[in-house]
Amino acid sequence: MSLWVDKYRPRSLDDLHYHHGLSARLKALAASGDFPHMLFYGPSGAGKKTRIAGTLLELFGKGAEKLKIDQRVFLTPTKRKLDVNIVQSNYHIEITPSEVGNYDRVVIQEILKEIAQTQQVDLNAKQRFKVVVIHEADALTRDAQAALRRTMEKYMSNMRLILCANSTSKLIAPIRSRCLLMRVAAPNAEEMQTVLDYVAKREGFAIPGDTVKLIAEDSEGNLRKAILVLEALKMQNPDLSARDLSIAKPDWETYCHKVADMIVQEQTPARVMEVRAKLYELLSHCIPPTVVLKTIAEKVVEQVDEALKADIMHWAAIYVRALPSVLSLRGAARIEARMRVGNKKIFHLEAWVVKVMSLYKNFFFDIDMDGFDD
Amino acid sequence: MSFFQPKQSRAAQKQAVDIQHQPWVEKYRPKTIDDVSAQEHTVAVLRKTLTSTNLPHMLFYGPPGTGKTSTILALARQLFGPDNFRSRVLELNASDERGISIVREKIKNFARQTPRAQAVASDGKTYPCPPYKIIILDEADSMTQDAQAALRRIMELYARITRFCLVCNYVTRIIEPLASRCSKFRFKPLDPASTSARLAQIASAENVPVTPETVDALISTSQGDLRRAITYLQSASRLALASTPPTDITPRDIQEIAGVVPDGVIEDFAVALGIERVHGDGMDVDVDDSGRVKAKGFEGVKRKVKGVIREGYSASQLISQLHDHVVAHPTLTPRQKTRCALAFAEADKALCDGADEELWILEVALRIHRAMNS
Ligand SMILES: Nc1ncnc2c1ncn2[C@@H]1O[C@H](COP(=O)(O)OP(=O)(O)OP(=O)(O)O)[C@@H](O)[C@H]1O
Ligand SMILES: Nc1ncnc2c1ncn2[C@@H]1O[C@H](COP(=O)(O)OP(=O)(O)OP(=O)(O)O)[C@@H](O)[C@H]1O
Ligand SMILES: Nc1ncnc2c1ncn2[C@@H]1O[C@H](COP(=O)(O)OP(=O)(O)OP(=O)(O)O)[C@@H](O)[C@H]1O
Ligand SMILES: [Mg+2]
Ligand SMILES: [Mg+2]
Ligand SMILES: [Mg+2]
Repeated sequence: MSLWVDKYRPRSLDDLHYHHGLSARLKALAASGDFPHMLFYGPSGAGKKTRIAGTLLELFGKGAEKLKIDQRVFLTPTKRKLDVNIVQSNYHIEITPSEVGNYDRVVIQEILKEIAQTQQVDLNAKQRFKVVVIHEADALTRDAQAALRRTMEKYMSNMRLILCANSTSKLIAPIRSRCLLMRVAAPNAEEMQTVLDYVAKREGFAIPGDTVKLIAEDSEGNLRKAILVLEALKMQNPDLSARDLSIAKPDWETYCHKVADMIVQEQTPARVMEVRAKLYELLSHCIPPTVVLKTIAEKVVEQVDEALKADIMHWAAIYVRALPSVLSLRGAARIEARMRVGNKKIFHLEAWVVKVMSLYKNFFFDIDMDGFDD
Repeated sequence: MSFFQPKQSRAAQKQAVDIQHQPWVEKYRPKTIDDVSAQEHTVAVLRKTLTSTNLPHMLFYGPPGTGKTSTILALARQLFGPDNFRSRVLELNASDERGISIVREKIKNFARQTPRAQAVASDGKTYPCPPYKIIILDEADSMTQDAQAALRRIMELYARITRFCLVCNYVTRIIEPLASRCSKFRFKPLDPASTSARLAQIASAENVPVTPETVDALISTSQGDLRRAITYLQSASRLALASTPPTDITPRDIQEIAGVVPDGVIEDFAVALGIERVHGDGMDVDVDDSGRVKAKGFEGVKRKVKGVIREGYSASQLISQLHDHVVAHPTLTPRQKTRCALAFAEADKALCDGADEELWILEVALRIHRAMNS
């Protein structure tokens, strides 16, 4: 039995519940025979992947939904073997660079060149080109991005790229300028409610109005999260009345909130050590340091005086920048940086904690002094 | 048609099918160096080399989409003609493996072959076909230092029979000893007049009606990158034709394709940070007793930031437009503008390094907010 997010994922562009203007444009483009390279971007859970799948269906028909997974072996420049799983249909192929790691350039180029050299064999195919979908394109190394530039121009006659990213900021300009940009905004509260109500109806129940609102608000525009939450809530408490409903947070989030409380409660070297232990715990569970910092900061800010909030976020921004990005490095340098970062990221998180504690302490100290001055 | 040339005719056929759906950037790629717009100085120098048998090593540098690749390819074609092109020209770009071992093997091997005598041109034209080969290293700024260093000797050793043309965006990433072996040609961002002329030419060849306002939008969004201007024009015309009934291209279409944030969104965001409204009246503004815009507190700013993030706009785009808005603002004091400008500069750097977008938009927003309220 599949999860509701998958079970009720709209298959075709016509079935989509919101952004109808965007769907109409995609349909028209798919029908025009003059299909460009595309870049879908927008926040997580906004429906990018769903729209890409719908577009492929529009382009190629049912065949695009018949997916198979192939194990492929690639050879790195240093002659190391690389096993990669590749999802494909007869008409398209999907790649996720993070699964390929530092050798994304090699793998992607090999796949693209292979596709470019093989003509579409299926004579009934509706298009002369094949599509290569690159998920999480903002995680491509600079090296891989640079390599795409000429390739995108040269192989246009039998290959189209569809890139999918959360943001365009991490893609180099020459790639952005070779694509038609498609912004997929997160659904607003009403749009989310429509989808939630639809899912509920298909499952044969109705959601109380307050509850729908609660879920829509809690998931902050992430439709996937909203539907997952709905399913979980329905299991825990079948009548779904908003009164005794609380949306469970993931463990790591609760844990971050605990850290935030610890920072606000006490500002001593001993407390720093305790916080550090908790931070280690979070990082060792592979929660990205940026997410850890952001979540803790937001929770701390909720509990402090208005005058401190901006400063605390300022230092979060500063230290998040210090968490070195591995994007701009390539090859071996990148692996090395990863290891270096692995050791160092805890320092930056900790430095921020100390900074916040001292801001907090000074703040009260200053107030006391002001009191004396009067 | 004689059966002696089956291969060629098939190729020709394929081309004929392709041409209809070819991207315009390729379709209108300059065929000769005289087709190249705006780079008068470079073209003038290169024209001379067509009549002499001499050519220096060359280094082309400049921002994307200014004609570097087109110019060297056109020059090579004019020198050698279609038949000799393959044996005389080796083009390697960032998609090709160009590590030090490839430099030592592939490039060196090609460099040391003595060029074969000129074959008779099959298209009946005569080409200068000078007695050397050309190795084009496109996107050379993505070559490693080691690989570049290995080129030094090769460039000298085979200088009699091989010329190198290095092409790059960032001339500082080419090691000095290589740069000093080349004549340098700087490619300038295209001026508005040249861009507009080229766009007009393409639009009329493709029967696309464009208004002067649309051309202005293309010029301002593409910022001297002709590839971008042409791609945007083609995307917009695809969308305009694909909609039912077909519509005309509007400046807003161009901006949406280019990922530009609508002016209204920028203005509303600025107002939420306490910057006085410039154009018309929008929604969502609290005005205090004296009629001044009442700035929101931390919570208000944070909510506004989450809002724009949900819309999916790119952080760097947002910040660059906010920058333009602030700099051109009629009533802000120079001091306020300077404080904002500092925040923009830091954010731009942080985003380039891959820092978290939400934290940095918030950082900029809070700093502007503070600059407005102190
Ligand atoms: N228009 C829609 N109508 C109904 N449900 C939708 C719609 N769009 C998306 N969904 C639902 O939302 C879920 C998330 O969408 P999707 O996987 O396309 O998001 P995404 O933007 O690719 O997210 P991410 O960036 O996190 O990968 C889907 O599983 C689907 O059930
Ligand atoms: N100066 C120019 N004159 C005419 N067309 C141009 C010019 N510059 C760019 N173009 C158009 O833009 C397209 C891309 O140009 P080209 O590949 O030469 O750019 P480039 O300078 O090599 O850019 P990059 O640095 O991104 O490789 C060409 O196919 C052509 O249509
Ligand atoms: N001291 C000099 N006297 C005369 N000509 C010189 C002198 N130095 C350089 N040149 C000229 O410059 C050219 C390059 O010099 P050479 O190859 O010796 O430089 P290099 O020091 O080896 O540089 P690199 O470090 O780039 O290899 C020579 O062919 C010569 O024409
Ligand atoms: Mg997705
Ligand atoms: Mg180029
Ligand atoms: Mg020397």
